[in-house]
Amino acid sequence: MTITKSYVAKSVEQMRPSGIRKFFDLAATMDGVVSLGVGEPDFVTSWSVREAAINSLERGFTSYTANAGLIELRQEIARYMSDRFHVHYSPKEEIIVTVGASQALDIAIRAITDPGDEIIVVEPCFVSYAPLVELAGGRAVTIGTTGDTGFKLQPEQLEAAITDKTKAILLCYPNNPTGTQLDRDDLEAIAEMVKKYDLLVIADEIYAELAYDQAHTSIASLEGMRGRTILINGFSKGFAMTGWRLGFTCAPEEISSAMLKIHQYAMMCASTPAQYAALEALQHGMGDVESMKKDYRQRRNYMVQSFKEIGLDCHLPGGAFYVFPSIQSTGLTSEQFAEKLLLEEKVAVVPGSVFGAGGEGYIRCSYASSMSQLQEAVKRISRFIENNTK
Amino acid sequence: MKLNEKEVEILEILQKDARFEAADIAKMIGLSETEVADTIRRLEEEKVIVHYATLVDWAKMDNYTGVTAMIDVKVTPKRGVGFDEVAERIYRFKEVSSVYLMSGVYDLSVTVEGKSMNEIARFVSEKLSTLDSVVSTTTHFQLKKYKHDGMIYTAKREDNRIVVSP
Repeated sequence: MTITKSYVAKSVEQMRPSGIRKFFDLAATMDGVVSLGVGEPDFVTSWSVREAAINSLERGFTSYTANAGLIELRQEIARYMSDRFHVHYSPKEEIIVTVGASQALDIAIRAITDPGDEIIVVEPCFVSYAPLVELAGGRAVTIGTTGDTGFKLQPEQLEAAITDKTKAILLCYPNNPTGTQLDRDDLEAIAEMVKKYDLLVIADEIYAELAYDQAHTSIASLEGMRGRTILINGFSKGFAMTGWRLGFTCAPEEISSAMLKIHQYAMMCASTPAQYAALEALQHGMGDVESMKKDYRQRRNYMVQSFKEIGLDCHLPGGAFYVFPSIQSTGLTSEQFAEKLLLEEKVAVVPGSVFGAGGEGYIRCSYASSMSQLQEAVKRISRFIENNTK
Repeated sequence: MKLNEKEVEILEILQKDARFEAADIAKMIGLSETEVADTIRRLEEEKVIVHYATLVDWAKMDNYTGVTAMIDVKVTPKRGVGFDEVAERIYRFKEVSSVYLMSGVYDLSVTVEGKSMNEIARFVSEKLSTLDSVVSTTTHFQLKKYKHDGMIYTAKREDNRIVVSP
């Protein structure tokens, strides 16, 4: 019998494909592209970390670990989070090792979302937040932050988006794509609102390690917020371990056990060699993180200053590895700009519009590339702007 | 000599790649181009920046016969001048590319570069061993250079990342 219908679920059919895909397809067919479109470090994971994984394989550590992850790793995570961000979690009950921060996000959202629950997503942001909320049966309510506030979420904006169905708010600082960091005062104001309306925060702090001017403040470290926060972090960005797929959640016991239920059925546990690698990274890898950070900081300064000289408005981002210059002066939309730049000068950037509300008029430029690549990109963008300004 | 944070940062950048221009360094560390250029000039004058050179992989050249030897030298230090006098007598030879005073079983680590093994053998037996303070020498010839001054000679820098990712 012939197949007469689509078997794909309606909820999936209705999902929009990521806007990044289009640029990837276009850029992938071209030679000599200088890419500022990459959302991962250009550094290779440090050798001591790779060596630890190799060693674990040689010793035959190839079985499952506990669902929540190796207890030694969870203990190190607890110590790390307490040393670095002054948040304290029990390794046994409150930490889960996940397959990247992406899976951490998924279990966090699914663990708290009932059908019809609203989750506030602050845009521009990483492309997966709203789709994950929808997949979990919730409704993603988006707020667009804007360039004139440096892409900082304003408490009034948040309050205006809150309804009696609001369950949680999803925050990502330092932010992908804007690089914006929130300082303690900004966070206090948001925390007040969260407490006032009895909400939960899912805090994606995957870029926490990459903060250049002032240390990252975790919203969970603010008074009264520990019980209202699911912290998400991981090894991809700060430790240059994207391909290992290793992240973790820190959350109060009740929420952690809910997330662990999903995790044990859907994932069983994170990859064992990756967990041994992460253990080494936390025990002996902080020096490498510091040296990468130093490079990122110099590159960030270089990019922001270069965009200013080219004549594109660009705020100084406090963290992550993106600058988010405005291209409004060119009269092009961010998608037109990115496409034209790719075709004329073979520089790949990501149009701000793919990151949701507030992103239009901006482009995301990753500086996770060598200085020589960045210098070449700046040269080409500068020529592009000259050619496209009447 | 006290160096400030920016001076250290400039030195670190130049140590990685001496060809960075003042204008770019200025953007990287948030100073003006003139400030960076002045700082570099001052550091050169103070000999904090000793020299700029190029790391060459001579093994790539056909028929290259040059050899490098590392020689462990035991010496008798002299009253008043310690090891400095004999070190100076050694480093003045143009074939000597480095001299370090070491802790451990020998005193001076001397790197010698020559056109052939014979040339180095002659240097060791005629010039080095015959110095009054030199008690003994042990010569090690380098067979292959893998990594030098933090640079891996055979490293291919491949970027395996996908061109655009979220």
